[in-house]
Amino acid sequence: MSEPMVKVHNVTKVYERGKQKIEVLHGLTLEIPKGDFVALMGPSGSGKTTLLNLIGGLDKPTSGEITVGGNRIDQLGSGQLANWRAHNVGFVFQFYNLMPVLTAEGNVELPLLLTRLSAAQRRKNVAVALEVVGLGDRAKHKPRELSGGQEQRVAIARALVSDPQLLVCDEPTGDLDRKTADEILGLLQVLNREHGKTIVIVTHDPKAAEFARRTLHLEKGQLLEQAA
Amino acid sequence: MTRTGFVVANLFRKRTRTILTLLSVIMAFLLFGLLQSVNTVFSSGADFVGATRLFVQARVSFTTPLPRSMVPKLEAIPGVARVAYQQWFGGVWQTNTPLIMFALDPQRYHDVYAEWKMPEAQWQAFEQTRTGLIVGRQLANQHGWKLGQKIPISSNIWPQKNGSKAWEFDLVGIFDGKDEDWQKRTNLAFIQQDYFDEANQFGLKGRTNFFILKLAPGADAQAVSKTVDAMFENSPDETKTQTEKDFNISFVKQIGDIGLIVRWILFAVFFTLLLVVGNTMAQSVRERIPELAVLKTLGFSDGSVFGFVLAEAFALVLAGGLIGLALASLAGAMVEKATGGQFLLRLDASVWLLGVLAIVLMSLAVGLLPGLRARRLEIVDALAGR
Repeated sequence: MSEPMVKVHNVTKVYERGKQKIEVLHGLTLEIPKGDFVALMGPSGSGKTTLLNLIGGLDKPTSGEITVGGNRIDQLGSGQLANWRAHNVGFVFQFYNLMPVLTAEGNVELPLLLTRLSAAQRRKNVAVALEVVGLGDRAKHKPRELSGGQEQRVAIARALVSDPQLLVCDEPTGDLDRKTADEILGLLQVLNREHGKTIVIVTHDPKAAEFARRTLHLEKGQLLEQAA
Repeated sequence: MTRTGFVVANLFRKRTRTILTLLSVIMAFLLFGLLQSVNTVFSSGADFVGATRLFVQARVSFTTPLPRSMVPKLEAIPGVARVAYQQWFGGVWQTNTPLIMFALDPQRYHDVYAEWKMPEAQWQAFEQTRTGLIVGRQLANQHGWKLGQKIPISSNIWPQKNGSKAWEFDLVGIFDGKDEDWQKRTNLAFIQQDYFDEANQFGLKGRTNFFILKLAPGADAQAVSKTVDAMFENSPDETKTQTEKDFNISFVKQIGDIGLIVRWILFAVFFTLLLVVGNTMAQSVRERIPELAVLKTLGFSDGSVFGFVLAEAFALVLAGGLIGLALASLAGAMVEKATGGQFLLRLDASVWLLGVLAIVLMSLAVGLLPGLRARRLEIVDALAGR
């Protein structure tokens, strides 16, 4: 683990809710090396998801710098940021957020519609991604025909299919039972160890955090400690 | 999968709702096609080009009869080759089947209308039989009438001198059209003017509803029309002279300003459609705000997401619109056939062009606001359900 994949420098994030201003992150600085697997933990409202959103380019900081994979994403416009996300980051959510009208393979293919790949190449990549998550035989199934664990595997395949170096996961096991959660976390561990993906997950679950290489604790918008 | 496939898949996320909405679009464009083609027919200006016959009626209304003494004056006008006349009989077959039936002078009518094909012997029989009746093939086939049969027909306007509305005619001829178009119009029936004059209770003698002028080859129809109307200007029997087509149109125009009626109906139809489809689209976007946020998360730009929503609206209105217009074409052809070609309800290029324009405008009207809402979504807020 050498050059940082993610550099967060003195980042502040303030949300405006009506007349109220809520400062969620206060001058936070952080580095995540390439190939790392980091768990972000902390109580509700500590800023975990906000930090994850900033790292994934879903939101922009009020002040400070964020560099991911060598790109200053805090300086990108909305269209550039969308393009950057399409090619550099994969997302996994707590509630899977699959398109109910599409099959598993349709869901996984969705990000590839933003590439110049041919239909045949897209199908090939989708098949590989579904194989990696162990769902090659469920390609034609719609989300409602899959279990929660299988839906989350499809979501991981969707996050992987365009081969991003960074995966950001917001409570990826929050809606799953222990056994399934461990399977999903094991899969993320494989992606980190064998495929070299840098992974950042937000979790409340200490057992989930054990699958990461290290855990960062946030409280009231500030990083508390860095545990090995 | 393609972007188009994704749009179609989203469209059918709520199958029943989409089908019901599609049906409403189809119905609206079916009405649009039919009414707009009616409007096109009625709003077209007078066209004398290629006219070989002119119709002369009283300026006020063709229900006001004109004196037949006008015939020699009309025939003296340069460009007029022959004059026929027709009187509406208001015939009814059995209890309630109305017939398009006129009293006329057989010889004159035969001279003016070469399009009707009937053996000369039958034309002569019509001329020589005071109670003679000739009918078109379509009408004869419809009621199973045979030559030589006595046909009882009542008139809802003209009782006989004995007070009876029941008349009896001898079927002496059955005519065909010269071609397929004219054959479609063989739903007519004609009786002798002389017999009608003599037998009707109201003694309507020497007058008729309208004259038909057969023009000489090369005659200027518009000039003849002007001459006729000028000739009877400021007389008790002022005239209105027009082509056969315009006469048929003005017949229907009596019920009111067709264009205005059509426009108001279409306004109501499309306004309702706007609410129905607009509501469907708005609801559809509202239901999947998190999904739209996920699209943006995956890297689809604001413009792409806007495009997806607009494309859904366009696909829905386009499919419904084209099906509706195609059905209108079919219905128009059926109306044309059912009326024996008297009512040409054809969707010409201008109606299709207007239809396509309406599809585009309607798509924009129903897709724009939901599309803009989708475009403006902030990912973080949408994913958090705010």
